[in-house]
Amino acid sequence: MIKSMLTAGLMAWLMSVAMVTHGAIETYQFDSPEQEERFRQLGFELRCPKCQNQAIGDSDAEISGDLRAEVYRLIIEGATDEEIKEFMVARYGRYVLYSPPLDRQTFILWFGPAGLLVIGGIVVALRIRRSKHALEQGESNA
Amino acid sequence: MNRIMVWLPLAVFAILVGFFFKGLTLDPREQPSALIGQPVPEFQLTDLNTGQPLSREQLPQQPFLLNVWASWCITCQVEHPYLTQLSQQMPVVGLNYKDTETAAKNWLQKLGDPYAVQIFDPTGRLGLDLGVAGAPETFLVDGSGVIHARIQGEVNQRVFERQIQPLLETFQ
Repeated sequence: MIKSMLTAGLMAWLMSVAMVTHGAIETYQFDSPEQEERFRQLGFELRCPKCQNQAIGDSDAEISGDLRAEVYRLIIEGATDEEIKEFMVARYGRYVLYSPPLDRQTFILWFGPAGLLVIGGIVVALRIRRSKHALEQGESNA
Repeated sequence: MNRIMVWLPLAVFAILVGFFFKGLTLDPREQPSALIGQPVPEFQLTDLNTGQPLSREQLPQQPFLLNVWASWCITCQVEHPYLTQLSQQMPVVGLNYKDTETAAKNWLQKLGDPYAVQIFDPTGRLGLDLGVAGAPETFLVDGSGVIHARIQGEVNQRVFERQIQPLLETFQ
């Protein structure tokens, strides 16, 4: 009996804590499911300017809420995804894009890792070939 | 060829050390503003003190600081005495960001009002157009209304000397 009361009390407390941390839950009304899906997708692709590594759709920061409201407003006004991203970049810089566009500035970002892998592969291949060669020579000498 | 290969790992290591060393002194929270070199965005807001409409054209026609603040912002209180001191030297325009009129007015009454103009932006509309991520933030604007620098966080003597003063000198 006491145990179940304790459990119920604990549950109630946990629920109230959960409510507090969530604060106000935003409800946005969309004209179509596609709009809602775009809103969700942009929430993943836009980065919270205040946080180190969180998308605006995933962040409780005040600014993320503001940016979500802005994305919502732009979607309802009929802006395309591209226009919404441009709007954000014009204000918050490229930092807000999780997937930066490919150009001269971001070239290293996109191809650097693959380039390093290729160079590493070439080095390893050369080494193997050379040691094989040395081994074969050693055998023929013996 | 072989000699190069022997030194290659050390060279790569040295380059990495260089990057990491630089990284030690970088603050990842500081991001370049997208508005450097751009004019202050247009706005139609009100003056907090008079309640009169306020737009970009009414901002000072000389170099000034645009300080984004709010009564809920602790760091704004910290930098307030220094901004008050700076206001002797150049106009400081206030952008009261996502605040309530009463709270903002009380704050100014308690801590003093060094601001040349006070833009009241309760919804954060102008803040968003400026790319503001939170308060305080301070923009250095030249006489023709173009933004030259953005400081995220507290403005103090050191920040002024390092980030604002050198740019101010280029204006003259």
